Amino acid sequence: MGYRIALGIWLSVVIVLALTLPMVAQPQHWYDLPIIPGLEGRARIIFFHVPTAWLSALAFVSSMVYGIKYLRKRNVEDDIKSSSAAGLGFLFCLLATVTGAIWAKFSWGTFWNWDPRETSIFVLLLIYGAYFALRSAIDVEEKRATLSAVYSIIAAATMPFFLFIMPRVLASLHPEPLLNAQGKVHMNTTMLALFLASLAGFTGLFFWMWNLHVRTQRIDLHQSMTKGE
Amino acid sequence: MSSGDTYRPSWGRAALAVFLKDWHSELRTRYAISALGMFIVTTISIVLFSLGSEGAPIEALSGMLWVVIFFSAMSGLSRTFVAEEERGTAMTLQLHAPSSAVFAGKLLFNGVLVIALTILSAILYAGFINGFVIKTYSIFILTIAFGSLGFAAAATIIAAIIARASTKGTLYPVLSFPILLPLLLTVINATRLAAEGALLEEAFGEFQILISYIVVVVTISSLVFDYVWKD
Repeated sequence: MGYRIALGIWLSVVIVLALTLPMVAQPQHWYDLPIIPGLEGRARIIFFHVPTAWLSALAFVSSMVYGIKYLRKRNVEDDIKSSSAAGLGFLFCLLATVTGAIWAKFSWGTFWNWDPRETSIFVLLLIYGAYFALRSAIDVEEKRATLSAVYSIIAAATMPFFLFIMPRVLASLHPEPLLNAQGKVHMNTTMLALFLASLAGFTGLFFWMWNLHVRTQRIDLHQSMTKGE
Repeated sequence: MSSGDTYRPSWGRAALAVFLKDWHSELRTRYAISALGMFIVTTISIVLFSLGSEGAPIEALSGMLWVVIFFSAMSGLSRTFVAEEERGTAMTLQLHAPSSAVFAGKLLFNGVLVIALTILSAILYAGFINGFVIKTYSIFILTIAFGSLGFAAAATIIAAIIARASTKGTLYPVLSFPILLPLLLTVINATRLAAEGALLEEAFGEFQILISYIVVVVTISSLVFDYVWKD
């Protein structure tokens, strides 16, 4: 109970600060955010867009880890965790895509232009879509759990190839204020702290939602089992 | 095998036997060959009709060759495992051969099928499409060889998964596309290099990606195949 209220307050403070702190060319006060050349006010998206993108990747990995766990132990609980993580990952992946596309409209003048990052997140969306299409096509619980776990493992094994392929095919315009090619950090301490606080807050939100989802799924499973008897 | 329940063929023999079994049943019905062949002819003629006498930039043409190959492969490659389920012979196969040998045999069969399919589509494509001229044959041949093997590797494990699902046909391209996309992007790039007349050395990066893709997919597939194959 307590941690939910704490999480709510934490995220509210982060969101309010992220939207209201002034952006100035020469930060003097502790609460000033720097102006990043080329991004200006649009840089504020980093507090929301990057956490959602991070969570869609984290959820993907968590889903695969619990999939492997299921294959080893054959415990239905692990499959519930795996599929719930994938469901949330799909949600955050959509959010990252939509926020990114809106940002791209104002920065690049178009919602979508097949930037390497956009392509990668599109493939992640496709994988999530295929994963749920596969799950819905199998009726037997054990079979569904096994096959979707196997699919997520194969998908996770081929995903890293995009890191090598995309730079060969296209050049990216995606800003990397956190760690750019020159290894220079454009953010000042306040911005970095706020960014990390937002990342931590959203990660907490993810784990809370995950836990909630797993618990409702567990109740559903028990109900269907007692009905079946 | 009537000689008794103690008979166990060696791994290589079992894999070869699975391959030969598929080979003979394919020659008997010619299901996959005719489906794939007709699919190639159909898609290439659609490309021809849509282009007319106009022609298109070489980037678009080399991409379209792999679109033809992708969809024809998707129409026939799931057959190896789906047929086992439909005929109800999957269980027998499970009893008679270790699962890794089944996977190796099916992979070999799909590999042969994809290579034949790719060569046929490349010949027809180069013969009929105006403007698709390959300048560096060494790049093109290696791309076709590695690309086919990578295709077969990913398509085989997805076929094994799909054979166990209830909607077998429609899901196959859906599940395969995200897995095959790294391969597709690389072979399209390599084909463009071959058409532009790049030197063989310039395509080494592409070949490295293709070879590592084949190694990764085959390794992961053989590790997880047991879970898919055994009930």
